[in-house]
Amino acid sequence: MSQLSCPECVADIELEADTELNEIIVCPDCGVDLEVISLEPPAVELAPMEEEDWGE
Amino acid sequence: MIRASIIGGSGYTGGELLRLLIHHPKVEVIQATSRQKLGEYVYQTHPNLRKQTSLKFTSPEELQSTDVLFLALPHGQAQHDIERYAELAEHIIDLSADFRLRNADLYLKWYGEAHAAPDWLTKFVYGLPELHRTELRSANYISGVGCNATAGNLGLLPLIRANLLDRDKPVIIELKVGSSEGGAAVNPGSHHPERSGVVRTYAPYGHRHTAEVIQEMGLQNVTLTMTSVGMVRGALATVHGYVNEGVALKDLWQAYRSAVAENPFLRVVKERRGIYRVPEPKILAGSNYADLGFDLDPDTGHVISICAIDNLMKGASGSAVQSMNLMLGFEETLGLEFPGLHPI
Repeated sequence: MSQLSCPECVADIELEADTELNEIIVCPDCGVDLEVISLEPPAVELAPMEEEDWGE
Repeated sequence: MIRASIIGGSGYTGGELLRLLIHHPKVEVIQATSRQKLGEYVYQTHPNLRKQTSLKFTSPEELQSTDVLFLALPHGQAQHDIERYAELAEHIIDLSADFRLRNADLYLKWYGEAHAAPDWLTKFVYGLPELHRTELRSANYISGVGCNATAGNLGLLPLIRANLLDRDKPVIIELKVGSSEGGAAVNPGSHHPERSGVVRTYAPYGHRHTAEVIQEMGLQNVTLTMTSVGMVRGALATVHGYVNEGVALKDLWQAYRSAVAENPFLRVVKERRGIYRVPEPKILAGSNYADLGFDLDPDTGHVISICAIDNLMKGASGSAVQSMNLMLGFEETLGLEFPGLHPI
């Protein structure tokens, strides 16, 4: 299990041992989608998410 | 069991106190007074309490000694009888605005008349546990909180505690509020054809609850703008300010995370999926939670903090019961666990 922090909210995140490259995980704190961009060393980046717009 | 009585039990905050205290495992409600409803069953005024209690409204003159006395009177009344009330109960919680401000001059400025019992102002602890938990544990007299002030203060709390806010710049708190804030008494503006569907900015500045934000947050340059909207319950505060130089969104996350970790009724709502991505009062009806959200414009440092509450709960009776729990040494959340309804 690898430890890293969310690029959005800096919450602690644990990568399970069976995590795969390019897998989408969800930050347990702020709920953003994160793409696993590296396993060694572990790294994630924000994945695109659908924005909400009630104004149009 | 602790014996509790409510003076002014026929109003909305009195009814909400009754709903909470009747089901509180450590409290027995022995009296609820109302001159207008004297002799009537409590459920005839608060219909949700049918089959919950056989209590009848009694006269304020027949008030017996009790362990804790809740004052749910219109503003300006409790201060005239506080000496008598103190003889009847060791612990008093006043939901009105009479003892919220510590300074008599501040009271005169915001309420337009001299306080009738200025010596009592400093005996009361401001009844918002998120700000005064330690003092409440040893208090005998607790003030209520202004519902709008509470939404604003809780919206500001993480920014103030973490020292992220630029205090030299103005803070604007835009509040959207429901009709129950106006109380149970009717007026021409509350007539259904006039009130239904409104979006009415009835106090662009100068609302009395501004004094509680000034006092509790230590801010001088702050404005509350009040807009009445088509809800019955609920208040939504949208706080606009500026962060200190160098503060980033991650710092806000840490500040808000810390605030909700320390306070059982604060939650962060900042979601990237689903329908409820930001705080909304709608799903808080009947609950004591305050939901917090935030965002930051990194180009300008403009911070937007959002706080949603049920004005009758976290903004009045819920905070009063939470404060009572602390004062009497009970678990802080006792009797306040209801999470609200969805859908509603």
